Amino acid sequence: MRRSMLFLPGNTPNIIQNGGILGADAVILDLEDAVAPTEKDSARILVRSVIRAMGFDRCEVIVRINSIDTPFWQKDLDAIIPVRPHLIMPPKTACVQDVLTVDAYITHLEEKLGMEHGSVGLIPLIETALGVENAFQIASACPRVKAIFLGGEDLTADLHCKRTKEGEEISYARCRLVCAARAAGVEVYDTPFTDVNDDEGIYTDAAKAKSLGFTGKSAISPRHVKAINEVFSPSLKDIEYAYEVMEAIRIGKEQGKGAVSLRGKMIDAPIVARAMQTIEAAEELGLGREDI
Amino acid sequence: METKLVKTLREAIELAGLESGMSVSFHHHLRNGDYTLNMVMDQIAEMGIRNLTLNASSLFDTHLPLEKHIRNHVVSKINTNYMSAGLGRLISEGLMEEPVDFRTHGGRPRDIALGITPIDVAFIAAPASDCAGNCSGKFGPSACGSLGYAFPDAMYAKKVIVITDHLVEYPLSGWSIPEIYVDYVVEVDAIGNPAGIVSGTTKITRDPVGLIMAETAVKVIAHSGLLKDGFSFQTGAGGASLAAARFLMDVMLRDNIKGSFASGGITGYLVDMLNAGCFRSLMDVQCFDLKAVESIRTNPNHHEISAMHYASPAAASAVVDKLDVVILGATEVDTQFNVNVHTDSSGYIMGGSGGHSDTAAGAKLAMIIAPLFRARLPIVTDRVSCISTPGKDIDVLVTQRGVAVNPKNQELLLRLKDAGLPVTEMETLKHTAEKITGTPKKAVANGRAVANVIWRDGTQIDTIRSIG
Repeated sequence: MRRSMLFLPGNTPNIIQNGGILGADAVILDLEDAVAPTEKDSARILVRSVIRAMGFDRCEVIVRINSIDTPFWQKDLDAIIPVRPHLIMPPKTACVQDVLTVDAYITHLEEKLGMEHGSVGLIPLIETALGVENAFQIASACPRVKAIFLGGEDLTADLHCKRTKEGEEISYARCRLVCAARAAGVEVYDTPFTDVNDDEGIYTDAAKAKSLGFTGKSAISPRHVKAINEVFSPSLKDIEYAYEVMEAIRIGKEQGKGAVSLRGKMIDAPIVARAMQTIEAAEELGLGREDI
Repeated sequence: METKLVKTLREAIELAGLESGMSVSFHHHLRNGDYTLNMVMDQIAEMGIRNLTLNASSLFDTHLPLEKHIRNHVVSKINTNYMSAGLGRLISEGLMEEPVDFRTHGGRPRDIALGITPIDVAFIAAPASDCAGNCSGKFGPSACGSLGYAFPDAMYAKKVIVITDHLVEYPLSGWSIPEIYVDYVVEVDAIGNPAGIVSGTTKITRDPVGLIMAETAVKVIAHSGLLKDGFSFQTGAGGASLAAARFLMDVMLRDNIKGSFASGGITGYLVDMLNAGCFRSLMDVQCFDLKAVESIRTNPNHHEISAMHYASPAAASAVVDKLDVVILGATEVDTQFNVNVHTDSSGYIMGGSGGHSDTAAGAKLAMIIAPLFRARLPIVTDRVSCISTPGKDIDVLVTQRGVAVNPKNQELLLRLKDAGLPVTEMETLKHTAEKITGTPKKAVANGRAVANVIWRDGTQIDTIRSIG
């Protein structure tokens, strides 16, 4: 389960070495914006070595490579694919062809290394107006795409507007990406909340993302991870209700009822689907009925 | 004697009869803001006095001018409980012919009281004093709060000189050290720089690893069986320790636990816990920030205690022996739970026991909080470079990657395992760290002895050697 994804600069060994214990479900080892052009090679070596030698405990490992309009992205993949990260995040993905370019090169490397085809997934970072408009095509570009990811900072620059805490300026992009991802059958992740000193604001921002349908949210500060995990975990109240729904359905079936109601409301298929999602998430987090 | 008030420091030193080969002492409540030690030593050097033993409860880098007094043989021997890294490096490089003797905050008053380290002239920097020497740290422009470490000096030195920059009318109301111990009083322009004496505020860490360790530390305390009404507690002023105090306060308030006391160096966080009803009393041997100074001045439940009362094994009883839990730091911990707080990873002196060994020996649960590695160096090792506190007195090590319980404390081990805490073996922590950092080549400090580490009962437990 990916509720939180924590960005870690790829050239900071003292931060990376604790990446696995900071509570995030996934770490994003960054070779792009966090790393100066003169440090790209050393960051690549560090990230490759740390994945191979240390791992990140139970965290999923994502590597953000440099964008395909730079001279770095193929070298990034040459170094990283052999150590089998779970996902590669190509930034500034604007169209299907951007995805297919990266997909083809990874396929080439997988064949060369004798790796199973599709063993490394993609989570394209959409952070331009064109990318937002092409979100569904990007999300469904190839089977390697497992999720899409909204980058709010670059997007607002491209939209010629100011990034705010309230996030009104990225509302359309958020909704568009959620719809595109769900239509394509992949997951979708929200942009980080960038005020690392606002311990309350992160709750509000994460709750907004969850309410729109995002699967999870990224963080640039470890201090935001706890809030994101809390917001994107099912509450005990939700879990209790989900079990009640499933129990009511079971009893209804036993009694041969066509329509079942709970707490005075009809239980329809979407309610059952949501209840099943909640129970699945709770089980993955180890929250059983005894925790209710 | 008509008056104890003398015009100059030189006159006071002459009247006290200080001669070459004698012993002088200082307390460290003015910390890195202290002017007094340098002022006195410069005066002594000018008077041509040589071969002194300097007995200071702690030495900071503001005291680096001591280097010239050591080179000129004004000072030939140092007894202290703590030494900052600048001065420590010089000592490690062999500045002194005779090794420094490191004691603990409890061992120092013990050895002074027993005559093992007699003091000829004690110099007491006093933020407020009257003409007879009734003095206190609670008032004046250089207020530092408690004067706890100065008490044994005042009580046992042959002559006592109070140096103050805030002379008040006799009698000073609310004195700490009474005039019965004081021989001379000298007024000077300033005894210290307030900015270096106490912090404006001490703040908890924002480092996520420190916060993880602090959360784990509080879980260890909560499941130790000791956190109940009457609970007593001590912690340092380090970022993770303060965070642990903050989280502990939340747990105590949530569960309505009424503790008895918190002790040691006092910060605003412990003052908050006192005011919130988590403890009935604070037992304060040293104030670390302005909030603590204000509290000791105004709150009758915030008590000033002497170094003897705090930790001396020669006292009939001491506060450290009543402690339930103490949280301590470490530069290194070894697989036998021995702790080093004297030297850095290269073997250079950069600290000292202070109250580390005393509280570890006295508390029912002595906890070390330390990250498993600092930069690229693991802190768990096969053998610490220097034993500051023996492993027999340490119960548990809390790191960001697990908790190791000393096998001597089986009850704690079982309690923490039952509570589902990430309990692991010390060897496993060492292996985990070395898997990430590699096994570092140990710094070799194999030169001559530059310092002796003397445990609180007077036995020497280790020797620090020069680098080379």
